[in-house]
Amino acid sequence: MIIEGMRSGDRQAFESLYASCYPPVMGMIVRNNGTEDEAKDVFQEAVCVLYDKVAIDGFTLTSQLKTYLYSVCRHLWLKQLKRGDRAVVSEHQSEYQPLENEPGIDLDLAFHREKEAQFEQMKKALAALGEPCKTILLDFYVKGMSMQEICQKFDYTNPDNAKNQKYKCLQRLKKLFFENR
Amino acid sequence: MREQGEMDQDIMPGLLREYVKRKEFKEGLQEASDQYFGMADGLQSSHESSQDHTHGRNGHTTNRPAVIYVKPDAKVIWRRLKINAIAAAAIAIITAFSTLWLTGYYRNMEQSSSNYRELRRDMNTVKRDVNAQNKVLQGITPENIKNAAQNNFGATGFLISTNGYVVTNYHVVADADSIQLQNAGGHAYSASVIYTDAESDLAILKITDADFQNYKTIPYVFKEKTAELGEDVFTLGYPRDEAVYGQGYLSSMSGYSGDTSAYQISIPLNPGNSGGPLLDSKGQVIGIISGKQAGLDGTSFAIKTKTLAATISKIPDDAIEQPVGLPVKKNNLNGLPRTEQVKRIQDYVFMVKVF
Repeated sequence: MIIEGMRSGDRQAFESLYASCYPPVMGMIVRNNGTEDEAKDVFQEAVCVLYDKVAIDGFTLTSQLKTYLYSVCRHLWLKQLKRGDRAVVSEHQSEYQPLENEPGIDLDLAFHREKEAQFEQMKKALAALGEPCKTILLDFYVKGMSMQEICQKFDYTNPDNAKNQKYKCLQRLKKLFFENR
Repeated sequence: MREQGEMDQDIMPGLLREYVKRKEFKEGLQEASDQYFGMADGLQSSHESSQDHTHGRNGHTTNRPAVIYVKPDAKVIWRRLKINAIAAAAIAIITAFSTLWLTGYYRNMEQSSSNYRELRRDMNTVKRDVNAQNKVLQGITPENIKNAAQNNFGATGFLISTNGYVVTNYHVVADADSIQLQNAGGHAYSASVIYTDAESDLAILKITDADFQNYKTIPYVFKEKTAELGEDVFTLGYPRDEAVYGQGYLSSMSGYSGDTSAYQISIPLNPGNSGGPLLDSKGQVIGIISGKQAGLDGTSFAIKTKTLAATISKIPDDAIEQPVGLPVKKNNLNGLPRTEQVKRIQDYVFMVKVF
């Protein structure tokens, strides 16, 4: 049910996610030389990983949600530790590693990184695109406003003009998006 | 005309929608987080709000966890010091908080104080902006995110018939591009997946090397009967590049959350042990190591040989050239001291390298 909620972006879902899944994660990270702030960040990242996973249709969660998030957090945290920022901890790491190598999670993480990079790219591209292009595109493609409405909102002389403008904007966004790659 | 071309080749609208959805999701998440940590966060905001504001409100979408990709710097050190100072207090707060939450107390409170929450949400938005600026200032780019996904890893597998069939766990070879098997003698074979059964978490591999010659014998046999509770068991596996022996006892007749296709065993195991053989004191294979319970030491699980036999019988005839004949008759390990038993099986237990 939480997953359903996540799909639809329900606040309640997030809240119960935190209430039920966060405490063990925090415990794990704090025991492993982490701080609470770091636990918070790791957990948020893990929820994003989950989001990327649930966003795809036909996804399957093989383990319990809580277990899944816990493993993802553990992976993220271990990676962070391995990044050499706190070498001292390395000897404790094995305690918290799962028996399986959890290829699934690695894949999820890779997928997440990809999505995240794409997200950043889009953000940059949109920022570079500027107004009114950004709003026109968002209005049309996301809010589903008609060309007529957009035409009025931006004071274009006629819908065709607006359409033309929108097309140019889209092309420019595309260019910006891909040149950042 | 133009509209048509756009539809055909343009992925941008889709990406745009995805972007907005993700942005909304992240905002929701941040909100939930802020709310969950409401109290602890107050300590932090004065520090963060001292940052520069050039990025404006548009930046508030970068509320991605900062620490993950950030090299330790003054801020992190500061954070750590802060944590030392408030850790105890914060843990107490969180505990109290989550207890309240779990008991439903907070839910009631929320309803009666929704105005208060709204106000705080606005403040959080400001704080998010500042967070976003921090990240921009620290120069995070997608490039330093791409710290190489490592998808190759190792596990264990072992021979189940003289003609080169090997069993390991399904989760080991799921999504594998190529598989290599290496025994204790250092001999490496390439192998391909013949059959997988996600439900039982088993995979049957076959050594595909042209120069592979059938083994004459396999030292161990597969015990068809169910093993006994309390039985002394051992395993050999590759949690590292060297074979590692592990010993323990059979602690329950069912596996994780009552899974009757598996046993629970008490052997300290590590990543990479998956797919290893579980043998009883006579050297009979009674199971295949599959996993352990996170956070509980010494609570591991092994799939029963009965399940393996059932899986093998499910392999369609046209998937295999030769039948998989589980050795069940001639046990060469019975009565031998443990060191001798291990010595004899180690050439038949492989490190499974997945690429």
